[in-house]
Amino acid sequence: MSSATPTLADYDHAIETFDPVLGLEVHVELGTATKMFCGCSTAFGAPPNTQVCPVCLALPGAMPVVNATAVEYAVRIGLALHCSIASWCRFARKNYFYPDMPKNFQTSQYDEPIAVNGYLDVQVDGETVRVEIERAHMEEDTGKSTHVGGLTGRIHGAEYSLLDYNRAGVPLVEIVTKPITGTKASAPAVARAYVAALRDLLLSLEVSDVRMDQGSLRCDANVSLTPAGNPVFGTRTETKNVNSLRSVERAVRHEICRQAAVLEAGGRIVQETRHFDESTGTTSPGRSKETAEDYRYFPEPDLVPLAPAPEWVEGIRASLPELPWLRRARLQQEWGLSDLEMRDLVAADAVGLVEATVDAGAPADQARSWWSAYLGQQANSRGVSLAELPITPQQVARVVALVAAGTLSAKLARQVVDGVLAGEGDPDEVVAARGLAVVSDDSALQQAVDQALAAAPDVADRIRSGRVQAVGAVVGAVMKATRGQADAARVRELVFSTLGVQA
Amino acid sequence: MTDPSSTAAPALTRDDVAHLAHLARLELTDTELDLYLDQLTVILDSVAAVTEVAAADIVPTTHAVPLTNVSRADVLRPGLSRDAALAGAPAAEDGQFRVPQILGEEQ
Ligand SMILES: [Zn+2]
Repeated sequence: MSSATPTLADYDHAIETFDPVLGLEVHVELGTATKMFCGCSTAFGAPPNTQVCPVCLALPGAMPVVNATAVEYAVRIGLALHCSIASWCRFARKNYFYPDMPKNFQTSQYDEPIAVNGYLDVQVDGETVRVEIERAHMEEDTGKSTHVGGLTGRIHGAEYSLLDYNRAGVPLVEIVTKPITGTKASAPAVARAYVAALRDLLLSLEVSDVRMDQGSLRCDANVSLTPAGNPVFGTRTETKNVNSLRSVERAVRHEICRQAAVLEAGGRIVQETRHFDESTGTTSPGRSKETAEDYRYFPEPDLVPLAPAPEWVEGIRASLPELPWLRRARLQQEWGLSDLEMRDLVAADAVGLVEATVDAGAPADQARSWWSAYLGQQANSRGVSLAELPITPQQVARVVALVAAGTLSAKLARQVVDGVLAGEGDPDEVVAARGLAVVSDDSALQQAVDQALAAAPDVADRIRSGRVQAVGAVVGAVMKATRGQADAARVRELVFSTLGVQA
Repeated sequence: MTDPSSTAAPALTRDDVAHLAHLARLELTDTELDLYLDQLTVILDSVAAVTEVAAADIVPTTHAVPLTNVSRADVLRPGLSRDAALAGAPAAEDGQFRVPQILGEEQ
C-alpha cells in the first residue's frame, strides 16, 4: 500500500521527466428494456428491489437466457469502433465474494470477447489521435450498495451495508483501449477527448443514454509513468469510476503529478485501485491488486456459446447510422466552415444545436453566429453548457426569421433572446409583451423623419448640398425618437427621399 | 489456475488447496486440507488422462449439447414483488437486503 502523502510534482516538470501511458476502460450500460439475462426492467430510479427476479437474485434453480438486443447492441458498438466481430464466443464466470452480486460471480466475457482490435480517432487541439481498442466485451452490472454508519459513506467505518439489486444484471459493454502512448503533456486532454468521442458515438448508435451522472457511462483510468524515452512501461494504477468528462481529465493529471513525485523521491508505484474524489480532484488508494486479483474465470455452463452469423453482422453494419465524424465532415461542408470554425463548434458542443436551428429554417451562418457568439456568452456568464440554456433551436430560428423579415433589428433581437432566456415565453410573445417590434410603418417613420429634419435645418441643408454622410445625425435622432425600434436603412432612405437627394 | 501451455501439470500442493479454500471462503482443518489434496489430485489426474487421449483437432467442449445462439427477445417479464424478493433474506431494512459489515475493499 502506498502512502497517502499528498505531495504532487509540478505538471510541466513531470511531463519533462516522464512519459505517461494511459489505458482507459469504459463501461456503458445498454439502453435495452430488460436485463442481460432476465426480463426485469432496466429503468433508472425505481424503488430498491422492485426490478428483480429469481435470475438476477440468483435464487436456486434460476437459469439465465441472453437478451438478443443486448448482443445486437454490442455488435453495433464493435463495428462502429472498427473492431472484428468474433464468429464464436462464450460468456465466463468471474468469481469473487462481494454482496453486490448475489451469485458470487459476475457473468462476463474473458478470453473470448465479442469484439476485438478496433480504433477510435479523436480530435485533440486540432490534431487527430488514434486510440486503439483492445476489446469490447459483454457483461452485467452489479447491484448498488449503501454503507451505513461511519462518516464517509465508504466501507471503512461502516457498521453494515444495504443492497439494492435493481441494477444487478443490467447489460454492460466494457470497452478497453490498448496502451495509449506518445501523448506527453496532452495525456489528460486525450483521455477526456476519447471518453467524449465515445459518448457521442454511443449516443448516435442509440445503444445507451450515456448519462454519466446516472452511471450509464463510467470510466476507469489506468495511468503509468516511464522515464522519458524509455520504451518499458512503468507500474500502473487504476482510478475507478471517474464519472464526468472533467473528472477524467483531472484524475489523469493528478495521477501523473502524484506518481512523478513518488518516483522522483525514490519510491515505487504500487499496482492498485484508486478512488477519485470529485471535491478535491485527488485520488486515494483502494484495494491492492497484487494479491486481490484471482477471479478463477471459467466458461459459463448455464449459457451456450454465441456464434454471430456473418450475414447478420453485415446486416447490422449496413444499418449503422451516420457516425459522428462523418456527420461533422458533412455539416462542415454544408455550412462552409473552416476546420477551426468547426472545431470551435465541436468544442462548445454546439454542432447539434446549430443543426437543429438550421433544420428549423435558419440560414447556417446566422444559426452558428447566434450559438457561438451571443448565446455562448450567456452560457459562459451563467456557468452552464449551451444545451442547458433555456432556449430551443426552434426559438433561435424564429428570432433569426424575425430579423430577416425586418421585424427586429440586431439589437432588438438580442433583447428578445434575453426575454426568452428569462422565461418570458416564445420570441413572438416576448416581442408583443415588451413592445419590441421595429417601427416599420412608413407613415410613423415619415413623421419622425420630418420632425428630426425640422429640428435640424442646418443638417438638412448640408445633405441637400451633397454631403450625404451628414444623414447619420438625422438617422440617430429618429432612432432615439423611436427608442431604437426603427430600421436604420429604411430611415436613411426616407431622409433622402424627403430631401429629394439621390443617395 | 493452470497454465494451458504446459503439457504436464505440476502436482497440486497443500498450499494450493489452502489458497483455493481461502478464495472460496472455506475454513479447513489440516486434516481436511490433506483429504481434499488427495481428492483433487485424483480429479486432476483423471482430467489429464482425457487430455492425453484428445488429439489437437478435438475442440474442448464446455457444454453437453452442441447448441449456439439461444436468446430471448428484449421484452419485460414480471419479476418478484419486493416482499417476495426479501422474504428469504436473513435481514432487511428499508426495502433493501441488509448484510453484515463488509471486510476488505469496495469493488
Ligand atoms: Zn431479473
